[in-house]
Amino acid sequence: MVEIPVLAVRLRSVVALAGLYPLLAGVDLDVGPGQILAVKGPNGAGKTSLLRVMAGLLPVAAGEATVLGLEPTAQARELRRQVGLLGHRNGLYDDLSAEDNVRFCVRAARLPKTAIPVALDRLGLTERLRRLPVGKLSAGQRRRVALACLVARQPRLWLLDEPHAGLDADHRQLLDNLLREAVAEGATVVLATHEASVTALLANRVVTMSGGTVLDGTTVLDDGPVPDDAPVVDDGPGHEREGITSVA
Amino acid sequence: MRNPQALSSSRLTRVLGWSALAALALNTWWGLWLSPPDVVQGQFVRMLYVHPAVATMCYAGFGLCTLASLAWLWPRLRSPRWDRLAVAGAEVGAVFCLATLVTGSIWGRASWGVWWTWDARLTLTAILFALSLGYLALRRAVDNPHSRALVSSMVALLMALTVVVDHYATSWWVTLHQNTTLFKQDPTVHGWQLATMLVSFIAFGLAFAWLVLHRYRLEVLEERYETEGLASALEARRSEATAPLDVRTGFEGDRGPSRAPAEAVSQ
Amino acid sequence: MWRDAVLVAGKDLAVERRSRVALNQVVPYALVVLLLFGFAFDQDRPLLVQAAPGLFWLAVLFSGLLAVQRSFAIEASDGAVDGLRLSGLEPAGIFVGKAAAVGLQLLVVEVLLTGGVVVLFHTRLEGAGLLITSALLSTAGVAGAGVAYGALSMGLRVRETLLPLLLAPVLAPVVLAATEAWRSALGLSSADGWRWSGLLGCFAAVYLAGGVLSFGALMEET
Repeated sequence: MVEIPVLAVRLRSVVALAGLYPLLAGVDLDVGPGQILAVKGPNGAGKTSLLRVMAGLLPVAAGEATVLGLEPTAQARELRRQVGLLGHRNGLYDDLSAEDNVRFCVRAARLPKTAIPVALDRLGLTERLRRLPVGKLSAGQRRRVALACLVARQPRLWLLDEPHAGLDADHRQLLDNLLREAVAEGATVVLATHEASVTALLANRVVTMSGGTVLDGTTVLDDGPVPDDAPVVDDGPGHEREGITSVA
Repeated sequence: MRNPQALSSSRLTRVLGWSALAALALNTWWGLWLSPPDVVQGQFVRMLYVHPAVATMCYAGFGLCTLASLAWLWPRLRSPRWDRLAVAGAEVGAVFCLATLVTGSIWGRASWGVWWTWDARLTLTAILFALSLGYLALRRAVDNPHSRALVSSMVALLMALTVVVDHYATSWWVTLHQNTTLFKQDPTVHGWQLATMLVSFIAFGLAFAWLVLHRYRLEVLEERYETEGLASALEARRSEATAPLDVRTGFEGDRGPSRAPAEAVSQ
Repeated sequence: MWRDAVLVAGKDLAVERRSRVALNQVVPYALVVLLLFGFAFDQDRPLLVQAAPGLFWLAVLFSGLLAVQRSFAIEASDGAVDGLRLSGLEPAGIFVGKAAAVGLQLLVVEVLLTGGVVVLFHTRLEGAGLLITSALLSTAGVAGAGVAYGALSMGLRVRETLLPLLLAPVLAPVVLAATEAWRSALGLSSADGWRWSGLLGCFAAVYLAGGVLSFGALMEET
């Protein structure tokens, strides 16, 4: 468990580029340890890029960034071992079975093989489903296999890009429980989402992204000390201002 | 913020350019008129005043590219100027490489009636040309300047090593097949021929320098265009955040306690 | 690094075992290429015997291009590249693993193509030591160079066309040297086949070393 109130993620004026296009145009964001942060925003706002910067996959072109105490660009390899990213695509090998895919993840992370059946069970993947090539599974089932890889690796920072998409109600509940368990064991979760139900039921903090920036990223932290110079902003009217349907 | 000096010329390039032109004119005059035809090769020896110089500049260009790539990769020396020099050397080298192949082919056709011989050096030059096309194609395919510099410098080094292996491969291969005509590229020269050949080296050398310098400066200008473009792209991207607010409410800062976050962001 | 290499090679070969792309597509392609050469040379028997080593290695080169493309296509298909980057595997290990998988597939193709050449081009096999040594070295070179250049074209939109353009001139000395080594082994020329094998060894060393050193950076930048 993390006792010291060190921020899990600290970003200041972070700019990230794709060639010449600024994906992130100066992001300020603080994420406390043990938070479940939901990032909302319209398409093209930069949510995916934000997650990738936090995973150390997208280099920081300008600004300061600290994730889990490491610099994401300079110390990318160490950071990546402690981070789990679930993007729009699942990152699975279609020709291999679910079990093979999870086994590859687990052995690559040098974790014991016992983690494999545990993770597969946790995601409700039956014996039959485990043996089929992943390419033959439905979208929701593939998502669950990808989540199983993540669960098996037990990362300290979970980065999820619209994880609920494609899952039915039961499996959404399963995912929510999984995330709460992970947080209870000391992980931090950041997820990008469009869905109001996620922000209502799961997240304990919500920020909004637009135009490559986070609009209220350094406001009062719910689970940590308040920095002296943090501006106090009321979250409610701010969301209405952007025209996003209110959360509660 | 348009910089009025958006050209790649300067006093240095003008001096280089005019002297190159003058030297080339001198080379043409001496080469085509003043120097005598060869005892063995007749008029075709005049290719001597073009081909070796052009070939040397081709190797100079690729050599420059390789050295600049090495310099870029060296952590303490790394700087964008090496990457610019590398691409300038590669492009100018590729142009001279094509010229080498063409002049070599013409010389071969003129002297021995064949457009191509499987001579070691010609074959090696052809492979070199293909490699340089690959290098240039790769540069065009990568957008991010840092990635582009990193990837192309590594490829340049790998290609340089490939050229070394190719050199041995092609020269062993040619000596194996002695039945093909060996192209004697450095006949003994003296007198007017030697003098003219020296002039040709100076002339093409100046032209090479002029081209490399312009290409280097062009790269600088492109980078400047990109950074200025980046600043305005950042502005445009951020304005995506503030614009919807204005569009929807039609008011400025009417609702809520403070506009602090949006202002803090759009500095 | 070796542990990671074995893991990645195992994964690639497992994908191959399930999908059978190399067996069902690359091998038939190589055999058809040999047939096409036969047609192009108009069944001129003495000529085919003389040309057999060269045609063999050309067919191997084309198959190699396909195998390398396939090796990176499986990573690109579901965004598995990010998975590799996040996995904590050592990039040098990933390189060696992928090169080993490609190399093994190529060796299988070569064995079958040798049969093809014996049957179609009436080649008589001799000098087994030289044949096998030069084949192993050239395969190592093709796999090493292929995976190294494959990595840097991995994220590019134009991968399918750029990779052959980059690889073909780079692999030219391999085709040259391997052909000469085989011609020497088969008694078709008086050259020193072992010297050519030495050159193949140099090429393989350059690209395997180059790939190990640079794969990490190349994987990131695309």
